[in-house]
Amino acid sequence: MIRIRNLWKRYGKIDVLKGLDLDVNQGEILVILGRSGVGKSVLLRHIIGIEKPDQGTIEVDGVTISSLKKNELYKAVKNMGMLFQGSALFDSMTIEENTAFYLSQHGDPVTQKPYPSEVITCKVQEALGMVGLAGTEKKMPSDLSGGMRKRAGLARLIMYRPSILLYDEPTTGLDPITAQQINELIVKTQNELKGTSIVVTHDIHSALYMADRMALHSDGKIMHVADPDTFMNIDDPIVNFLRESATHTPRKKSV
Amino acid sequence: MYMVVRQQTLRVLEMVGEYVSLAIDVVQAAIYKPPAWGLIREQLYHLGVMSLSVVAITGFTTGFVLSAQSFYQLGEKGMAGVTGVMVGKAMITELGPILTALMVTGRVGASMCAELGTMKVTEQIDALKSMAINPNAYLVAPRFIAGILMIPLLTLFCIVMGIFGGYLISVFFFHMSPTTFFQPMKVHISTFDVASGIIKAFIFGVLLVTVCCYRGMNTSGGAAGVGRSTTQSVVTSYVLILVSDFLLTMLLNMIHMKLRQI
Repeated sequence: MIRIRNLWKRYGKIDVLKGLDLDVNQGEILVILGRSGVGKSVLLRHIIGIEKPDQGTIEVDGVTISSLKKNELYKAVKNMGMLFQGSALFDSMTIEENTAFYLSQHGDPVTQKPYPSEVITCKVQEALGMVGLAGTEKKMPSDLSGGMRKRAGLARLIMYRPSILLYDEPTTGLDPITAQQINELIVKTQNELKGTSIVVTHDIHSALYMADRMALHSDGKIMHVADPDTFMNIDDPIVNFLRESATHTPRKKSV
Repeated sequence: MYMVVRQQTLRVLEMVGEYVSLAIDVVQAAIYKPPAWGLIREQLYHLGVMSLSVVAITGFTTGFVLSAQSFYQLGEKGMAGVTGVMVGKAMITELGPILTALMVTGRVGASMCAELGTMKVTEQIDALKSMAINPNAYLVAPRFIAGILMIPLLTLFCIVMGIFGGYLISVFFFHMSPTTFFQPMKVHISTFDVASGIIKAFIFGVLLVTVCCYRGMNTSGGAAGVGRSTTQSVVTSYVLILVSDFLLTMLLNMIHMKLRQI
């Protein structure tokens, strides 16, 4: 359960988050929609502790993330994972090393001992196979296409099985087929890990496919949160536009 | 005008605070939770081994020049015999540490800053944080350890190359005997001179690594931002190295004088 209350964040002279409140239930996929620059990614970065709020609290499974010190924060976010907009793969490492990174750094969470290399290799192959990237282990991130990099990022996330998964525009810039593959992977991952997922996207089709609930982020706040059917019937200019996009018909061309 | 000065002052103070915070975090990480040997080894190679040629050329040519200048300038006054001491003393106390630091800043510091800056703007550093890894411990601490170990060693290498360069010019070009070149060194170059050179090299190493990494870790603004950070890291490191050289020279000599009086 994630509980966000009265979250404020200012960059320079601009308030990006203005007293944002949001509850995310255990085991659901919450999709956050909104226009560019309203602070959707900033919200994700606050949840995982990359950014500190100016005011307000973020509570994850009863722990107030926003008030933790650096070392406590690193412990608290161990069960969280984030897929970044640009994948954020380490460009000096191969896809195999990228995928294995978390496990090779943290080792077994129970025994605190490093994993044997055969175990890591086996898990990497399993994760890459799951995202359809088997055979790319020795490639560098620069050798992959945008869609493959997103899937490699997802494999890196799956590897350590976090209970809270954050996705920052996972399908942006991808063709519809690859985008749908990513959507399916997100749902599959969610079903397998039984975690809580928050997906930030502009893509209404992806949102409708994945969401258990949908939220509209506008003017630094969450304006509406509802299940997809209810959400799509809300009378709001942005939701109206999204509804039209979802049932889009080609514009008539003048002869 | 007042507002601009106030804002700039606050920004500088903020940067100093961030820099000190990073330096403390890195030192703590290096002492209490040292990075994996593989990460340190990679940096030792990159910072140390890969800098050998540039440091060798710098030391060697400086030794040539120092020897030639000393011979011509002092020879007129009948003091050509102190050429070896001039070369040795200058290389050990001043030119070895400072030239090594400046060369390593240009070669390695700029590359460190650009690498970390690129990682910052492509969210790779955020990815580390999201995986519960302290980027200062993972990225900066190995560079810091490599810097404080390798820069004193590179400085020693530069000093040896400088003295060797001076020796070659003095002996084979000015036909000075090897004994005339080396003998006065034994008398006039003390343990303090060597210690002061090494202490300076150590401090320069700390400064250049932390400044370049700080600039890299605080890069913003895409590719242009990386370029800006890299330039700033080199300029700031150069200025700090030169200013600290003066302060260290004064401080170390004052301490030495006090110790001699005891």
